[in-house]
Parts: sequence; structure tokens; C-alpha cells
Amino acid sequence: MEFKNLKLSKKTTLIIWVIIISFIIAAPSILPVFRLNLLGRYLSLAIVALGVDLIWGFTGLLSLGQGIFFALGGYCAAMYLQITSSSEFPNNIPEFFGLYGVDNLPFFWEPFRSPIFSLLAIWVIPALVAGMLGFLVFRNRIKGVYFSILTQAALLVFFNFFNGQQKLINGTNGLKTDVTQLFGQMVGSESMQRMFFWLTALIVVAAWFFSKWVVKGRFGNILIGIRDDEPRVRFTGYNPVLFKTIIFSIAGGLAGISGALYTVQSGIVSPQFMTVPFSIEMVIWVAVGGRGTLLGAILGAVFINYAKSLVSEALPASWMFIQGGLFILVVTALPEGVLGWVQGEGPRNLLQRFGLKRKIETYPSLEIKNKTEGLKNE
Amino acid sequence: MNKNNNSLLSLENITVSFEGFLALNDLNLSLKKGELRAVIGPNGAGKTTFLDVITGKVKPTRGEVFFKGKSLIGRKEHKIARLGVGRKFQSPRVFENLTVKENLEISVSTPKSPLNLINKKIKNGQLDEIEHLMQVINLSKKINTKAGALSHGQKQWLEIAMLLGQKPDLMLVDEPVAGLTDEETDLTADLLKSLSGENTVVVIDHDMEFIRRLDSNVSVLNQGTVLCEGTMDTIQNDKKVIDVYLGRPEE
Repeated sequence: MEFKNLKLSKKTTLIIWVIIISFIIAAPSILPVFRLNLLGRYLSLAIVALGVDLIWGFTGLLSLGQGIFFALGGYCAAMYLQITSSSEFPNNIPEFFGLYGVDNLPFFWEPFRSPIFSLLAIWVIPALVAGMLGFLVFRNRIKGVYFSILTQAALLVFFNFFNGQQKLINGTNGLKTDVTQLFGQMVGSESMQRMFFWLTALIVVAAWFFSKWVVKGRFGNILIGIRDDEPRVRFTGYNPVLFKTIIFSIAGGLAGISGALYTVQSGIVSPQFMTVPFSIEMVIWVAVGGRGTLLGAILGAVFINYAKSLVSEALPASWMFIQGGLFILVVTALPEGVLGWVQGEGPRNLLQRFGLKRKIETYPSLEIKNKTEGLKNE
Repeated sequence: MNKNNNSLLSLENITVSFEGFLALNDLNLSLKKGELRAVIGPNGAGKTTFLDVITGKVKPTRGEVFFKGKSLIGRKEHKIARLGVGRKFQSPRVFENLTVKENLEISVSTPKSPLNLINKKIKNGQLDEIEHLMQVINLSKKINTKAGALSHGQKQWLEIAMLLGQKPDLMLVDEPVAGLTDEETDLTADLLKSLSGENTVVVIDHDMEFIRRLDSNVSVLNQGTVLCEGTMDTIQNDKKVIDVYLGRPEE
């Protein structure tokens, strides 16, 4: 019996990619603007899902706090757009400051006047925050469910902090981006949104290649080793703290990029990005798509979110039940996720059940067969 | 203390207390370079704790551990491993979702830093080493098989090969023949014997036939301390050992 293979075969991966890419190329001409914008947003969520897959699917770190890094990336992008579009407002600072009687720009806004700084900040700041948080947690050997609880607690701390800072970042109202300007155009305009769709699609593919590069080879094998038996990795001479910090930081950086792309396509970033359910949903996308299959994370994020908007339009209020049911189904029936199921013995077992495919010979029966052959030879 | 200069490893007055329970009690033991040493003892004698102390998993309440003249106390597990202490666990601990080859790659790769692993290919010398190890453990045909699909005996051997791949100066081997057939047990004993001389090997086991076949010095642990040391014949005739461990032959 072949042990369950978590990595997809080259052929399946290629086929899925051909389908995805041809769909992405066709999408702008077949989808109405509204749907295209939704697809772009969900594609950007695929990037944070890739990060969740790296840390959870490969390394076994179940983070319930990815919303922190997602929101940080979103805020970095929104701050750049707001500060560079504020010339017509009093004091040349973003409009919302006027509501709270703030005349001087808070110091940390200053560097966001620079496009280069902002582009770097979108992924470097979340990666640094993730790296520091991760290092402290991993160094103290906090694992498993304690790690998950801690990340969720951190998420709540960030949420409450951002929610309360009206005078710094407009608190609970968040920062709007749709009426800001970029390259002399409104960010919310149709042509800009179309551009962001292409940019997102490109970055999803790039993020997938990057993640693939990270997990292939020995580095990725150490991550799997940490997931399956961390003390063994340690006794072989590796320091798991470093590996976990690096991968958590990478996932943080991906979350930041994802958050920035999501923000410019939804027109606002707010502390709502750091609510507990949203970070848990990220985990669900990966679980449903297929833990440890990078492509599964992408498909999970896009399809679940698309289904969510379709279902919510038709039957408001029923989505939560469907999502919960989906998660229960995956946990109980498809522990490897949909893609893991397709790649494993899933389809064969299903066909067997309906008598469409001959049962494969199992280990004991093969052994008996060999023995009888052996007897004949004697 | 008589700190013997040609000893590779010495444990001095090691005491490990788990909330008052003394897992090790004033244990003294030293190993010469190239020695093969068997450690036996009844359940709860402290055999595994003894390995935990050397490898840094457990910090002793009192006492010192010297390896190649350096104190190991307070060092992290991975640092001790890099100094040259390799450990094989009681039940085979191989990475089941990785192939035989990937398991061995993890063990032979140096330096063990993330940067080296992520952007460099494995060195040719290390690939040859893997090739060689797979021949030693007779798994050349299963190079791309997931370790989880191997039989129990094959896993034991893969873990021994992973230990060899680390090129440790000191190999700590915990119950290497548990669950093996007689034939595999004999092969393992021969393998371990052939390793000593160049490597220093500590074997922990219950199987007296296996220990006898190792033909080495034996330390008997009891209640966290060394009861007796000597050849198999010496300890089998030692009155204390017979009382606590071997039992009297029925007359």
C-alpha cells in the first residue's frame, strides 16, 4: 500500500493550472464588472490561504491570527493611498483627521508618502511582526492548541487596539481607498479595478511558485519533519525555532500582500479584517481545499468565497450553516481536503463502492498469492 | 573527581529528581573513545532518563556531564546533536511522510541552517553517503518509498542509518531490536559491533541474548544508579545483579 501522498502529481497540478489560467484570462471578458471585482478579491484571499497552508499544512502550526498580518498589509496600502491623495484637504492630511480635530500628521504616517517604502512595508512589516511574535512563542516551545489560542489572543489585542485609535488610523471606521487616487485615476474606477484584477492574478501565480520553492527540497522536508515529530528534528541537529520563525514570517508577509490587494479591491480596510471569525475562515478554506497541497489552498479560498457570495445573495443567513456543514464534512469525511481526496485513494474508493472499478489487491492477499506461487515453485 | 582524559563521555554524580522521585541518583559513568557499552536494568531503573540527560532533553538536578571535555549541561538539544551526540529512540522515530531518501538527506545534510537548506542543492559527497547508507541497511530498492510504508524492522534500520548519517562521535541506541526477528536482531548486533572502534556506542536493551552477542562491557542500572559494571560473565555472576534483575535460575 502506498502511503498517503500529500504532494500533488505533476500532471494533476498542470491540468488544474491550465484550467485556472484560462479561466483567469477569460474572466474579464465573460464576467460583469461586479463579479470580476469579487473574483479579484477572492483571488487575493488565495494568497493569505497559501501562507496558512505553509504554516499549518506543512509545518503543523495552526494560527488563528493571520488576520493581524492581513490587516497590517491592508493598512499599509491604504495609508499610502490616503496620504498621497490628501492635497485638497485641510492641512494636507487625510480627511478623517479633521473629524477628530487632529492638525498634525502622526509621525508614523510620514514614511508612507514614499511609494517604495509603502510597497516594501506591505509585506515587510507583517513579516517582521510575525517573525517577532513567532520567535518569542516558538523559543518558549509553545505548541499545538496553546499556540492557536495565543495567536487568537494576539488577534484580539490588535483588533481592540486598531478599533480604538480614531486619532491615529480612524479607528473602527477604517481607511477608505476607493475615492483615493493612484497614477491620476480613482482607485475605485473600473479601469483601475481591472488592473488590480490582473495584478492579483499575477501575484497569486507568483506566490504559488514561491511557496512551491519554499516547500520543495530539504527545507520543506524539515517543515514536514517539524509537523510530524519535532523532537526528532531537534535531536538530528536542527533548530526548529529558526525554521518555524522563518515560515511564520513568510506566511505573515504573504498575508500582508493579500490584505493590501484585498483592500484596494474592496475599497476599505478596517479592524473588521481582524475579527476572530475571518481568521478562522482562512483555516477553513485551506482545510476544505486540501492541507499540504498548495493548489488546494488557492482553490479553497476562491471557491468557498465565491460560493459564499452566491449563496448569500440567494438565501441570506444560510451561509453560516453551509460553511459549518462543509467544515464538518471535511473534518470527518475528507481529512485531506478535496484536493487531497482527489489525489489519494478517494475517487478509486468511490468508484469501487458503485462497482465501477475492480478492487485493488490489498497487502495480505498479495502476500498469500506470493506464498502460493512460492509453493508451486518448490 | 577522577576526570579521565581519554574518556569521551563522563557523567559525574548525576541526580535527576522528578518532583521528589529520583529517576537518577548519584550516577557515575564514563566511556572511552571507541567503546561499545551495553546498559541494562529493570523497568524504571533510569535507562531512558540517562539518555535524556546526555542529549539535553532533561536537565539534571545535580551533577555534570562532560563530552569531549565540554560540559553538556544547559546546552540545547540541537547544539548537543551538532557536537556529535546521536540518538536512536526506543520506538522507531522516522519521518513517515518523507521517503527513505529524504529521511537520510535530513540526517546527512550539513550545515544544518535554514539558509543552506533552502537555496543550496545537497552536496555530491552527501548523496554518495546516502547511497552507501542505503546499501548498509539494504533499502536501496525502497529509496523513494515513504518511510511510513516500511515494515517495523526496516524503520528500525532506517533510523540507525539516519543516526550513522549524522556521523556522531557518540551513538546512543535505545532498544534497537525491540520487535525485530531473531535474524534481524543478530544482524543489528553485528552492525553495532562493527561500528564500535571508530564510533563510541551505548546500547540500551532488555534482550540478554542480544547483549551477550554484543560481547561488550555492560553497566547495570538499578534505581537510578550504576549497580555493577563488567563483562557479561562478570555481571551474570554478580550476586546483587542476580537479586535485582536476572533472578535466580530455578533449581
